[in-house]
Amino acid sequence: MTTQEWKFTAKDIASKPDLFLSGHRACAGCGPAAMLRLIMKATRGPTIVTQATGCMEIVGSVYPYTSWALPWLHTAFENAAANASGIDAALKAMRKKGKVKQEHIDIIALAGDGGTCDIGLQALSGAVERGHDFLFILYDNEGYMNTGIQRSSATPTGAATTTTPAGSVIPGKLEKKKPITEIMLAHDMEYVATATPYYWKDMLTKVRKGLEVNGPAFLHIFAPCPRGWRCEPGKTMEYSKLAVESCVFPIWEAVNGKRQLSTPSKLIALAPQKKKPVKDYLAGQGRFRHLYTPQNKHVLDEMQRFTDERWERLLQKCESA
Amino acid sequence: MEKQVKQETMALNGDEAVAFAVKQCDVDVVAAYPITPQTIIVEKFSEYVANGEVQTEFVCTESEHSAMTACLAASATGARTFTASASAGLALMHEMLFVTSGSRAPVVMAVANRALSSPLNIHGDHSDSMAERDSGWIHIYVENAQEAYDSIIQAFKIAEDVGVSLPIIVGLDGFTISHTLERVDVLPEDAVKQYIGERQLPNVLTHEGKTVPFKLDPDNPMTMGPNALQNYYFEFKRQQEEGMKNALKKIQEVNSEYAKISGRSYGNGLVDAYQLEDAEVAIVCIGSTAGTLKVIVDQLRQEGVKAGVLRLRTFRPLPVEELRNALKNVKAIAVMDKSMSFGGFGGPVFNEVRHVLYDVKEHPLIVNYIFGLGGRDTSPRNLRRIFEDIVQIAKTGHVETQVQYYGLRE
Amino acid sequence: MSREKSWKEISIAGVCSKSSVGFMTGDWKTYTPIRDLAKCTKCLTCVMFCPEGAIKWRPEMGDIEFDFSFCKGCGICANECPTKAITMKIEGE
Repeated sequence: MTTQEWKFTAKDIASKPDLFLSGHRACAGCGPAAMLRLIMKATRGPTIVTQATGCMEIVGSVYPYTSWALPWLHTAFENAAANASGIDAALKAMRKKGKVKQEHIDIIALAGDGGTCDIGLQALSGAVERGHDFLFILYDNEGYMNTGIQRSSATPTGAATTTTPAGSVIPGKLEKKKPITEIMLAHDMEYVATATPYYWKDMLTKVRKGLEVNGPAFLHIFAPCPRGWRCEPGKTMEYSKLAVESCVFPIWEAVNGKRQLSTPSKLIALAPQKKKPVKDYLAGQGRFRHLYTPQNKHVLDEMQRFTDERWERLLQKCESA
Repeated sequence: MEKQVKQETMALNGDEAVAFAVKQCDVDVVAAYPITPQTIIVEKFSEYVANGEVQTEFVCTESEHSAMTACLAASATGARTFTASASAGLALMHEMLFVTSGSRAPVVMAVANRALSSPLNIHGDHSDSMAERDSGWIHIYVENAQEAYDSIIQAFKIAEDVGVSLPIIVGLDGFTISHTLERVDVLPEDAVKQYIGERQLPNVLTHEGKTVPFKLDPDNPMTMGPNALQNYYFEFKRQQEEGMKNALKKIQEVNSEYAKISGRSYGNGLVDAYQLEDAEVAIVCIGSTAGTLKVIVDQLRQEGVKAGVLRLRTFRPLPVEELRNALKNVKAIAVMDKSMSFGGFGGPVFNEVRHVLYDVKEHPLIVNYIFGLGGRDTSPRNLRRIFEDIVQIAKTGHVETQVQYYGLRE
Repeated sequence: MSREKSWKEISIAGVCSKSSVGFMTGDWKTYTPIRDLAKCTKCLTCVMFCPEGAIKWRPEMGDIEFDFSFCKGCGICANECPTKAITMKIEGE
């Protein structure tokens, strides 16, 4: 991996033609769609994209229309990383035989939190262990939004979904969000990072760094879903900023296991008074609305406590690295 | 036209014969997961990889689901691909089998046929691939290790034909074929390579308005595996059926072309009829059972019984005309099934054969024998008894039990 | 919309034959972004964040341009504009 820091300017990015095209059928204000359009601009040359079943797969490929300017393959839900494995193996074999003329082709596998943390985890773990050369991008909108807002292991504590409804006895999802990046980091990958689209330069830089790795790389992007989170569509980017400011979703990168906070999170680490309370991030999200009652206050407290705990743990990991 | 080439005789079991054929076929990607009784195939192939005898990328996936996915994706990238599986492994691939055929990826898969759990059983029967009957794959069942070798080579030629563009299963009976050492005549590698040639790709129209070869190519981007709704899904399924129809012709064509270089053919490629011309009684089966049956037919013929055997080599696409023509004059038929269709009327082969003969005016009497499940041995003596049963049926015109379990303790 | 094709007329396996830039999503919107030219600094924040690619940077004009044939009226541009140069109005108002 090169150590060159990529400088993406707004004008450069704005001048680049879209590779995830207009006319896709994502909901208004879709965080994943905004993110996808942007990250494709960080590609560096010939690229093949493969995608797990999910919102972003559906909205961009309603036959006969496609929103993909790049070669693109979808096969099923649980296997984006296995698709990448097959493409990688094919390119390697065919290149040896002189059947691929491009010197290098990047492979990007995209999946939502269901296709990554749940049903797709096995294929992902396997493909990473085998060392295929691909960048896996998780767009995390914290639930199965495509099938109508069901819980995933990435859904945060307290959130109401259609399979963890806010009932009179159970206040939404009780379990914690699965720490997927920790799991991926434990695979001894060369590059693992987290990002949110609000900090788009940081996000694009991480995409580029992930592509530059000669082997597997993993990028976890936090992508708010107005429909599933029951919030205003215009607030997508704001929530992707608040998640960082409240340390609900700190952004960092780990190169060869050495973890470093990215600037927005680093600034909070340096000046802890800047850390916003979790409730600032939760405000306006309908999925947490039921928590603002005396009987559910303990859930809010627990969320703050848990966020603080994970943040502290992260700081230690960054320091010890 | 091709001339017959000099061949070498090797001692190979069915799995080794498959691996040897794959080695000769210039395969780009093999992605697989081990499972008995297929394991020898991937083990043997791993040796070829480790010793630099092939240029293939061998991907040892973490599951059969990923193995099939990787094959599909590699195939979509333009690669010639192969995998092997059996039983639970094939069942785990189930979802991807449909996606692979729907994606028109000509993946070749050897299935060392084995029983499905539960209870767990590693031995041979046809439950695994019969459960994938409607997955859109071409299904060929072989009789012995020689045919396993030949059929793998033929499979690439059939599947990759642009008019076919469908994946293909070559089924070999678990243990009976997969693990049994036989004499196998093998072609020289260049003869095989020359025969199957490079993979050909059909042309498709892309969103850029270009007509280009069907593969993931940054120079000619295309969208593969979209969602097609009520307005188009049906059309793509109909296209697959056309691929199957083309396969019916292609399999016969390949069978005779291959005979010219190897000197070996298997019936007309679809059905392998033995002593059927004047047969009054016949047994229909798939796989290795046919070998034993042919020996029994020879004995019966010496005894003056007009017996015959029809081995259904190609199960999908179903050779309707060939089955009908081969069996229409027979008086009584026993269909052998090495799998069950629980709650149905007999096994899957029985259903097909009986169904095909419905339109024959004076159609034969047809009975079904479910046998050999979980590797239960069926001796030549037992098989002879089945002939005796149908001789009786032909004589009396009376069928007592339409579906029977053979070799089962009552 | 053009006539839907028969199975003989379309490429195999669902290879898409049209780009979605021919599928206008602009009629989904309730709100329309209105830009105050005096306030706009052309910082391109709106261009970056638009999920639809409906706000284009036109270097030759040195300005941005809204493509209302794709804008779904989500309001991200208005919410994120650092100078509050964009307001969302109900269509037709």
